[in-house]
Amino acid sequence: MQTGTVTRENPATSYTHRILKSEAIQRILAFAALLIMIIFFTLSSPNFLRTQNIEGIFLSTAVNGILAVGVTFVIITGGIDLSIGTVMTLSAVITAKAVSEVGLPIGIGILCGLLTGALAGLINGVVIARMRVPPFVATLGMLYVAKGLSLILSNLAPIYFDRDSGFTDLATGVILEIPDIISIPNAVLIFFGAALIGSFVLGRTILGRYTFALGSNEEAARISGVSTARWKIVVYTLAGFFSGLAGIVIAARLNSAQPALGQGYELDAIAAVVIGGTSLSGGEGSILGTVIGAFVISVLTNGLRILSVPQEWQMVVTGAIIIVAVFLDMARRRGK
Amino acid sequence: MEMQGIDKAFDSVAACVNCQFELRSGEVHALIGENGAGKSTLMKILAGVYKKDAGTISLRGQQVDIPNPHAAQVLGITMIHQELNLMPHLTVAQNIFIGREPRSPIPYLLDDAKINQQAKELLASLNLHFNPKMRVGGLTVARQQMVEITKALSYNSQVLIMDEPTAALTESESEELFHMINRLRDKGIGIVYISHRLEEIKRISDRVTVMRDGHYIATKLTADISIDEMISLMVGRTIYESKPEIPDHASPDIVLEVRNLNRGRELQDVNFSLKRGEILGLAGLMGAGRTEVARAIVGADPVDSIDLTVNGRKVHIRSPKDAVQHGIGYLSEDRKRYGLITGMDVANNVGMASLRKFLRAFGIIDDTRVSEAAQQQVKALAVKTPSVKQKVRNLSGGNQQKVVIAKWLTADTDILIFDEPTRGIDVGAKSEIYKLLNELARQGKSIIMISSELPEILRMSHRIIVMCEGRITGELSSNEATQERIMQYATQRGGMVTALEESA
Repeated sequence: MQTGTVTRENPATSYTHRILKSEAIQRILAFAALLIMIIFFTLSSPNFLRTQNIEGIFLSTAVNGILAVGVTFVIITGGIDLSIGTVMTLSAVITAKAVSEVGLPIGIGILCGLLTGALAGLINGVVIARMRVPPFVATLGMLYVAKGLSLILSNLAPIYFDRDSGFTDLATGVILEIPDIISIPNAVLIFFGAALIGSFVLGRTILGRYTFALGSNEEAARISGVSTARWKIVVYTLAGFFSGLAGIVIAARLNSAQPALGQGYELDAIAAVVIGGTSLSGGEGSILGTVIGAFVISVLTNGLRILSVPQEWQMVVTGAIIIVAVFLDMARRRGK
Repeated sequence: MEMQGIDKAFDSVAACVNCQFELRSGEVHALIGENGAGKSTLMKILAGVYKKDAGTISLRGQQVDIPNPHAAQVLGITMIHQELNLMPHLTVAQNIFIGREPRSPIPYLLDDAKINQQAKELLASLNLHFNPKMRVGGLTVARQQMVEITKALSYNSQVLIMDEPTAALTESESEELFHMINRLRDKGIGIVYISHRLEEIKRISDRVTVMRDGHYIATKLTADISIDEMISLMVGRTIYESKPEIPDHASPDIVLEVRNLNRGRELQDVNFSLKRGEILGLAGLMGAGRTEVARAIVGADPVDSIDLTVNGRKVHIRSPKDAVQHGIGYLSEDRKRYGLITGMDVANNVGMASLRKFLRAFGIIDDTRVSEAAQQQVKALAVKTPSVKQKVRNLSGGNQQKVVIAKWLTADTDILIFDEPTRGIDVGAKSEIYKLLNELARQGKSIIMISSELPEILRMSHRIIVMCEGRITGELSSNEATQERIMQYATQRGGMVTALEESA
């Protein structure tokens, strides 16, 4: 009973928290996790590093990666977009209808798909910024609306593209290839292109600056004369546009629009963003992190499959990784 | 700049009545008054945050209209709020130029090199030498404030309003700020300086305007007025409604003893004790650390160190739940957020902190017994409610406060910490709360009452401790306490106290 002093842990002084608080660390963590996974799977299975498998990983990252790039913007503003998966599907359906049923040229069909995505995003933005519906609810609503419309427009059945139309080349064709070493499917090029553009917009343009400002302190931005509502609408529209792009890529990959597909993709994309170190509470994040996050998910899925881990267990592992990623993110934040 | 006959009311409570204020260029004009005197309200009207109900504002002899913060900015009036309006994730330069970034010739493209260059020049012109590429979140509060000032001046502000700028600064940081203020004054900028720290005001201001209860009291040259005179103008000559009821025989038992309470700069070496049946007033200005003390005692926030003794036994309280088990209840100043579940009925609110007492087999809550207990308390505390099934939302502020008290009494707490017990309660209900507190003390409950209203502290407290900037700066018995003496302690900084103690 000599000492009654209770020392409750003060997070600011705790050692582990101090390590985690540095800015770049989360991104490095994700990157390190990716490398460790690659090394682990390479050692565990001779099939992992095969060219064909690597191409497969790249291809399976593309759609989720494009969605994730778009939703990164939304998440940096402190918002969320749950509708990206089903909006992607709606865009695919619209493109397929335009090309296969109406008979429009492929270029026009693609444009229709992109505009569909952007329009859905615009509506999300208006509902959130002008009508003040919380992003979670507004985009949850859009999730169902887009899903329903996809099913209605397609009569519940997949719409196929003409095999000779060359539409699939958009995703699975190859224009970049190092002969005998690796050939990069076009879908992957589109993904990298989207990531580069996203990264540029986020880092170098007014839109990017205000994206961070909105997530960091919206009121301060408003008082400083930023039209916060307008820029928020632009951000959601951008996320919708990227969903449209993802819709075209997935339609090209499958050579069809699958109306029942889509729900669940939003969660994979959000997971990629979170693993990549973008904060769900807004204000910080990066496209590079998101790209790494997208690869973490696809490498994990692919590697576990190669090791013949049942699909159910793949999910368990993926889930655990997401929780650990967010835990580290929160620990870092508390340390500040 | 001149303001005349300014009126402003919030929900029919007058915050400013016929107020006036005048500012010359190249002047530091201090605005002082107690909490709630209307200083911030008046200045927020000037900065376009609030709309005035009546009165005129003129700038360089011309009458102007300031409907929003942007209009104020255009007129060259900028307010630096207590809560800084910065974006912590953005850099210094990005913060300064947010909303009006230099653009490259290509539309929508930022010219970051130019932003950083211009920010650097701006900072240099104010003798500030820090990197414009630093993230604001990583800067100290003092430097963040400098960034706000730089931002304000980049709008070519001629009037700069600072609301409690030194509240979160250390002494050397304050010193840096004063140098900055002097430089700005030399540039011909007019500065309104709101502060509770009278020594500071004495040092840096040219004139002082005093406000009390929403009224303009006086404007004096700082050189002509002493700190004591400032205090007496601030508190006025109000006569106390009544003296506290102090029991004839003070109980000798100490029920709660707090020793060695420290948390960073917010709380420094806080020591005090509480006797059975005592009402201990905890006075101080906003931000003095009173609520922090209460929250530390009940384990709501982490601390660096604390030794707690309850009823003679050393205890470790790590969470509010532990506090309840040791018989300590904390009644927050924000009843609606932390004290009540307003959408639920009176009975459930009363039982909330002690539901375990009302459990039947298999963990089912015995609603009948909860209702009975609530009914008992409703009767004992004279809560005006049609029934215990009434939703708490529909009760008046005073009755809501009683429900909170009933909750803690039902939980068998003997030590009650009241944080601003009469905030938002009308005058009639206030005296009922006072009566109730006295009654509780008579029954042997021990009470710590945090209050920003000096008359309330004087009327209720058997003993008063005064805090300033996280330290206890004075203790007064009820017969030696006056508003002036409390204010003196409440505006004393740590350094001065040590000096006083040493000389004593």
